[in-house]
Amino acid sequence: MSEPRNLIEVEDLRTHFFTDEGIVKAVDGVAFTIPTGKTVCVVGESGSGKSMTGRSILNMIPYPGRILEGAVQWRPNGAEPTDLLSLDPKGKAIRAIRGNDIALISQEPMAALSPVHTIGNQMVETIRLHLGIGKVEARQRAAAMLAKVGIPKPELRLDSYAFQLSGGMRQRVCIALAVACEPKLLIADEPTTALDVTTQANILDLFQELKNDLGVSILFITHDLGVVAEIADEVVVMYLGQVVEQGPVEQIFHDPLHPYTRALLGSVPRVARGRAKRLNTIRGMVPSPFDRPQGCLFHPRCDRFEAGLCDQSVPPLERYGDARTARCFKAGGAG
Amino acid sequence: MSRSLVEVCDLKMHFPIKAGLLRKTVGHVKAVDGVSFVVREGETLGLVGESGCGKSTITRALLRVYEPTGGHMLYHGDTDNPADLATMDEETLTPYRRHIRLVFQDPQSSLNPRLPVVDIIGEVLAVNNIATGSELRDRVADLMQRVGLRPEMMHRYPHAFSGGERQRIGIARALAPEPKLLIADEAVSALDVSVQAQTINLLMDLQEEFGLTYLFVSHDLSVVQHICDRIAVMYVGNIVEIAPTDGLFESPRHPYTEALLSAAPIPDPTLRGKSSRIRLPGEVADPASPPSGCPFHPRCRFATDICKTDKPALRSVTEDGHEVACHHADDLTLANAFDGLVSSQHDQPMETA
Repeated sequence: MSEPRNLIEVEDLRTHFFTDEGIVKAVDGVAFTIPTGKTVCVVGESGSGKSMTGRSILNMIPYPGRILEGAVQWRPNGAEPTDLLSLDPKGKAIRAIRGNDIALISQEPMAALSPVHTIGNQMVETIRLHLGIGKVEARQRAAAMLAKVGIPKPELRLDSYAFQLSGGMRQRVCIALAVACEPKLLIADEPTTALDVTTQANILDLFQELKNDLGVSILFITHDLGVVAEIADEVVVMYLGQVVEQGPVEQIFHDPLHPYTRALLGSVPRVARGRAKRLNTIRGMVPSPFDRPQGCLFHPRCDRFEAGLCDQSVPPLERYGDARTARCFKAGGAG
Repeated sequence: MSRSLVEVCDLKMHFPIKAGLLRKTVGHVKAVDGVSFVVREGETLGLVGESGCGKSTITRALLRVYEPTGGHMLYHGDTDNPADLATMDEETLTPYRRHIRLVFQDPQSSLNPRLPVVDIIGEVLAVNNIATGSELRDRVADLMQRVGLRPEMMHRYPHAFSGGERQRIGIARALAPEPKLLIADEAVSALDVSVQAQTINLLMDLQEEFGLTYLFVSHDLSVVQHICDRIAVMYVGNIVEIAPTDGLFESPRHPYTEALLSAAPIPDPTLRGKSSRIRLPGEVADPASPPSGCPFHPRCRFATDICKTDKPALRSVTEDGHEVACHHADDLTLANAFDGLVSSQHDQPMETA
């Protein structure tokens, strides 16, 4: 067995937003790796910083946000790593990587596609920009990509506008656009959240196929634990801008170490025989980003809270076994 | 069996498509095309289906936001003679409006950002002459307490509340005029998992406390299974199956229900690839030009010639009220929601906590 190589290593990433009301620590010391050819799911509730983690990798943080610290080591084909954050966010070097090596798929395909250009126009533009090939060839490639993502009559569809397609079709176009330049990494930010379940199932299949056929790595950002169970190899659980737990998907689901992961899994309604009447909940709510708790960020909602410990000091991210980490003083006895 | 609260018979809601300079009507979007169902007093009826199937249109027709193109909606209130909400004029309708209330999907956009909570919840009390002045404030405080909000917060504006709290405000507003029927249109879909669980529990508690009847519209089958007594499955403007929750999940009789059940992601990675998932070919049909015969036939793996020509009617298949609209319902063996769901023992990590 060969050592799995990491395509991306995110180290101690801090992305803060400097708003009029105060500083929002959207990403606060996040570190994880994406192994080549694997799917890593970042899970968390709204405000956990999962989307901004994805954006930080591309060095695309909207105003008033800033990446303060950290590194994103990019090592395609085991080459010498490049720190994406050290590149000029508007420079040539990063623009050659964005869209070409690392592609982004966003949640709302309608907003990601131009309403005044045909699908073909947009795809040909992207392909020519990155691959430097002729118009005719680029169009053929665009059609082939549409066919690959399961769009019937791709030649015809190239002349359609985004509004002429259904939601599922649009998301397929976005995926075709993203994989047209054969990226090594796909960052998919809630790509199925706006879709129906039957369409979602087809799109998730498509991601699996792309991973298997093209060998792309996928960073899949979602809040839906059902989707995570379907698609992830590795899971990163985030809470208020920090990673609270990470590990292989089966271990996370069957033996969660962090109380937040446990509680999150417990509160998912699931289709099952002999359903319980009440759902387990996490008490309270996600705190306001301006009012972050002292000590462990989760302690006001935690069942295992110990006064004097959890509300005083910040638990470090500790290793458990070969592949797992968790940020909890009490995680040891959780098994 | 409890008595029926609302009887919907052959409800039709067609929207004209206008085109050209003279805005001539060139066709109709048949959003709801002949739907019949009964909401029984005290139950939770689920309405599921994919986007564009007409589930929200039904709720808006029930609230008479739209004037239905055809059909009847008989409301059995306190009196013995039912009132037909479908044909009623605006004036006679007014007293009925407080009986059927709606909880919206998006707590962000359904609350006026420039009104304090006391006015958001209290407005309906004032408009309907239920309460004014200090009595109104007392009732708002009481309602806020019931849904788990602190009454001291009543003079704050919506922005001061989190998403889950805003949805509670929406629920309190819907409950204010003491309605009989509460329609929840994707009321928990926009919420985070942990808040979603709290809100579902709240809705179930309130139902018990006030003896409410719910029409629960959702696309999320796991939520629907959790909260509903009966479920109606819709496809392109039609109800294709309606059944008690356990019956529907245990033995679906319509191929579309089967596909819908199998498409829901299962939160357990060990079962990945083990469930025999049915992939539907093609896209949901366009309600402006629905297919002939059974609306589902172009995507159905069991379709035969009769499905292309004759539209199947909803008919009873069991004695406990399992109804299905499929020509072949009696001959099909369909997978239920639990096939391949035999999970490992340590499935529910929260059980011990």
